[in-house]
Amino acid sequence: MSPYFFVMLVPLLPLVSFCILGLFGRKYIKTTSGTLGVISLFISALLSLYTAYRYFFIDGKVNGIYQHIIALKYTWLQFSPRVSIDMGILLDPISVMMIVIVSFISLMVHIFSLGYMKGEERFAIYYAFLSLFTFSMLGLVLSSNIFQIYIFWELVGISSFLLIGFYFENPSAVTASNKAFIVTRFADFGFLIGILILAFYSGTLDFGTLIERLTTAGSSQYIDIHSATFLGASMLTWGLGLVFIGGAGKSAMFPLHIWLPDAMEGPTPVSALIHAATMVVAGVFLVARLFPVFSIDLTVLQIVTWVGAFSALFAAVVACTQTDIKRVLAFSTMSQIGFMMFSLGVSKYGGESGLGYTGSMFHLFTHAFFKSLLFLGAGAVIHFAHTNDIRDLGGLRKLMPVTHLSFLIACLAIAGIPPFSGFFSKEDILMAAYHSDKIIYAIAVLTSALTAFYMFRLYYSVFWKRDIHLHDKNHEEGTLSMRLTLVILAVCTAFAGFVPVSSWITSDGAPLESHIDIVFSVFPVLMALTGIGLATYLYKTENRRPQIITSAFGSLYRAAYRKFYIDELYLFITRKIIFNGIGRPAAWFDKNIVDGFMNGLATTTAKISGLIKGLQSGKVQNYALYFFGGIIALAVLFIYVLNY
Amino acid sequence: MLLSLFIILPLLTALAVLFCKGLKQVRMISLMGTSVQFVFSFGLLYEYWKERASGNRAQFLFEMNASWFDPLHIHYHIGIDGISLSMILLTAFVVIAGVLVSWTQETLNKEFFFLLLILSAGAYGYFISLDLFTLFFFLELAVIPKFLLIGIWGSGKKEYSAMKLALMLMAGSALVFVGLMGLYFNTSINGAHSFDLVEISQMQISNSAQNTFFPLAFIGFGIFAALFPFHTWVPDGHSSAPTAASMFLAGISMKLGGYGCLRVATYLMPEAAHHYSPVIILLSTVAIIYGAFATMMQKDLKYINAYSSVSHCGFVLLGIGMLTQTSITGAVLQMVSHGLMTALFFAAIGMIYSRTHTRLTEQLGGLLKVIPFISTVFVIAGLCSLGLPGLSGFVAEMTIFMGSWQNPDQWYRLATILACASIVVTAVYILRATGKSLMGPIHNFQYNHLADAGWNERLAAGILITGIVAIGVAPFWLYYLITPGTEYIIQHVGKAITLK
Repeated sequence: MSPYFFVMLVPLLPLVSFCILGLFGRKYIKTTSGTLGVISLFISALLSLYTAYRYFFIDGKVNGIYQHIIALKYTWLQFSPRVSIDMGILLDPISVMMIVIVSFISLMVHIFSLGYMKGEERFAIYYAFLSLFTFSMLGLVLSSNIFQIYIFWELVGISSFLLIGFYFENPSAVTASNKAFIVTRFADFGFLIGILILAFYSGTLDFGTLIERLTTAGSSQYIDIHSATFLGASMLTWGLGLVFIGGAGKSAMFPLHIWLPDAMEGPTPVSALIHAATMVVAGVFLVARLFPVFSIDLTVLQIVTWVGAFSALFAAVVACTQTDIKRVLAFSTMSQIGFMMFSLGVSKYGGESGLGYTGSMFHLFTHAFFKSLLFLGAGAVIHFAHTNDIRDLGGLRKLMPVTHLSFLIACLAIAGIPPFSGFFSKEDILMAAYHSDKIIYAIAVLTSALTAFYMFRLYYSVFWKRDIHLHDKNHEEGTLSMRLTLVILAVCTAFAGFVPVSSWITSDGAPLESHIDIVFSVFPVLMALTGIGLATYLYKTENRRPQIITSAFGSLYRAAYRKFYIDELYLFITRKIIFNGIGRPAAWFDKNIVDGFMNGLATTTAKISGLIKGLQSGKVQNYALYFFGGIIALAVLFIYVLNY
Repeated sequence: MLLSLFIILPLLTALAVLFCKGLKQVRMISLMGTSVQFVFSFGLLYEYWKERASGNRAQFLFEMNASWFDPLHIHYHIGIDGISLSMILLTAFVVIAGVLVSWTQETLNKEFFFLLLILSAGAYGYFISLDLFTLFFFLELAVIPKFLLIGIWGSGKKEYSAMKLALMLMAGSALVFVGLMGLYFNTSINGAHSFDLVEISQMQISNSAQNTFFPLAFIGFGIFAALFPFHTWVPDGHSSAPTAASMFLAGISMKLGGYGCLRVATYLMPEAAHHYSPVIILLSTVAIIYGAFATMMQKDLKYINAYSSVSHCGFVLLGIGMLTQTSITGAVLQMVSHGLMTALFFAAIGMIYSRTHTRLTEQLGGLLKVIPFISTVFVIAGLCSLGLPGLSGFVAEMTIFMGSWQNPDQWYRLATILACASIVVTAVYILRATGKSLMGPIHNFQYNHLADAGWNERLAAGILITGIVAIGVAPFWLYYLITPGTEYIIQHVGKAITLK
């Protein structure tokens, strides 16, 4: 038995809490449900931290390289003697990092929700779903088998569906949850075919074996998958490309991003969970998990790079125009995930050239802290002011000092201002992009300037600008549990950049010497400062400058505000083409043609029987007539026609 | 003898029901009878495992062979392998749940439960038969009561639906009968013909005979399993049937067809199965994707589930048509999974309908708030239908996809991809249905006072959900139960290729 056997408890504890709360929460546990959820997650988070400590400092490294450890494995479903779905736990640097992030952020969300969701009628169910979500994500990152990851992938999808649609009386929440599920399901369809292709050519579903077989040049599987082509691309390209579609769906990459902004219909702490630690980073994680295979196929890497870079820029532009505090944050997530994606795309396998991989994982790590902080801060603001439109907000810095300060730290971190955490991870990404492709680098720097701009636009609009007047003056700034989580996350956000991620997480497991190139950093930081300066100029006080700028941009502004009409395009495709063009005709065809034919058969039979039933009249003379007629006809037939 | 109990018990219960007085006695007797079946089916599972564990590797266990009508060599030959055992378990689950949801059946209750029990006897008899004529006999026994169940206790245009269902299924039986006769007259053992499934499987039937009679048998059984384009009895039949009959119809009857396609048509005529496999795959792929799209536009909950059954049963036939061991195993898994899932679905719809008196999605809405238990049951059935991991549908569909993909032919690949695409369409129609009928605001204020599920409904749903979760979370036990059976079939089918 592996010494890491206990890691099994990390996902299992949330599962147990889900089962207990789901079955008994509503009737018997009620308000203590929250405490139960928090306790199970707390133990889970402690175990994850212990795992990380043990893995990174004690026995994870052998001969200077971090090992892949299979802590647990048993066969779940044997498809054929060679191919099986195993349920297992794979520990390597990224999965260890991910369980720490997921359990920690989820713990924060659990604690924050104690205050935020207080008095909610379905409190127990809420915590049950949170636990299910956490369980699914923990299972996903620990998967040792590509089909196992697909299983948890789907579970993540359904838990997000349940949480986004938590306020199910609200039709827009129902629509948003359906949209999130269906869009990601569509992407999962690609993922599934990708799995089938990779599994067919590698003859296994196990990650370790699959990666080994497909990356060893000269192995029969390697030759097979490269030589088999379809429409001019090798099967490897197809398989990985389709897997990437799955990843792009969950990670809200263009053009599969449309579910993400609407996903804010769920309770705000849930958004923090979705955006920071679960769900959206799943796609990045998937590419990172299969990175050794991705790195040998340059076509797919190019796709990953460009999809990531375009999504980053696209989302940043849209975010500059949105007026809903959660929508701005949603697009900022899409943009930051884009950074992680293209960073993987520009990376290579092994050594110094694997910086992009490290940067991507580093950014995932820091992003988890500052994005959850931003969302929870937004949750505190919404809880306090009962609105999420930034046009109705302002001047909250005096009323909500804790939220204000923590939000500011998060904004500085996401903008990439030293010494906050986002700076360090972004530097790695920019460096990797600079050494690989100058155009990508330019897009990245532009995007980070835009990021600084829209984040401070949000910050000033909420906390400065003007003083709003609330009706009851005795309003508290959230409960203790809410403020506590904000403070903890703010501390993490401020200092997470100093975690030596690059010496732990690299593409090939060998530690990387990390260094900050000050000369290189000057330009991006200056760009970010420019963005902040512009935002300060426009939004710090109430003035007419923003209107002048928006009218100057005119149609571009309107298009960005309407998210470049992508939603409308999707609506057109689903309503007009799929429903009216395929669904209705299929239903009509079935009712009228197929069934009509069957009914026609029945009526024809009835008619014919009506016609011939006169033959059996019961009159002997008629029968005699038919009899002799028949004999004569037969006689004629035999004598004259057949010539017997 | 053990196996014959599965026929005798339901018949005895049915007889006992006839002598009962009043609804209370009738339903108590029925429940007791079906509970005994339920327990017995687990006893059978235990015995089966014990036999296998002790090293008995025979194809069929607990065989019994008695002459029934000697001049035509008709035997009462019974026996089970893992495939039939899983079907027996399915039947036991659905039957007991069906009795429980019909607990408040007032009108003509005696006759109602009598017919339900006769149906279950027919289904059990069918699954254990190893003689083609006996098998056909039980198939008929399972058809006729359905006509009465729909015609008498149905709703809507019930006469039309009952007639349609009976005529189409009878047409199917007629084709099956001709197919079986064709088989019979092409067998010879010491100069005599044989109906015995085991004996026929060991002889070589001429290719021309196979190619003639395979389509007849396959289409005949296929009509039961909603083979496109002979599926139109499904929507009308289901929607008019009373709840328990819908559960039987979709849960068990459609499986009679799938089982027949596999056990009789494919197993006994392997060369023809290879010959016709492109056609089977074409039709089943059409059924899968077209059924799914047709479902999307339905407004009646029962029509939604009925059309989705067409799509899901397409997977069964696709798995059989692909002729790989994994895909055939997947087909059997899908039969069990779909049986449980669709029975649960119809049970939930029935519970909703008995309270709201409507099944139209736009008239419902917000039910999750007033009847949370029933709504949750509906959602679970829906999630199983759209293939959520942890529930049985996922396991079955993935096994079929995996098995289908093993055939490297491009057209087979295309069929697999299209079948996979249905997971998206399924998600669309399931979420639309739940979103419209269960979520959102409550449209009709009378719904505010609906009562949630009673104990009998909770128990029925609980039994079916247990089955679904047991397969979904730990599929290996069912898998190991089924694979020895599919191995025999695939060896037989594989032998057919090498002979050619």
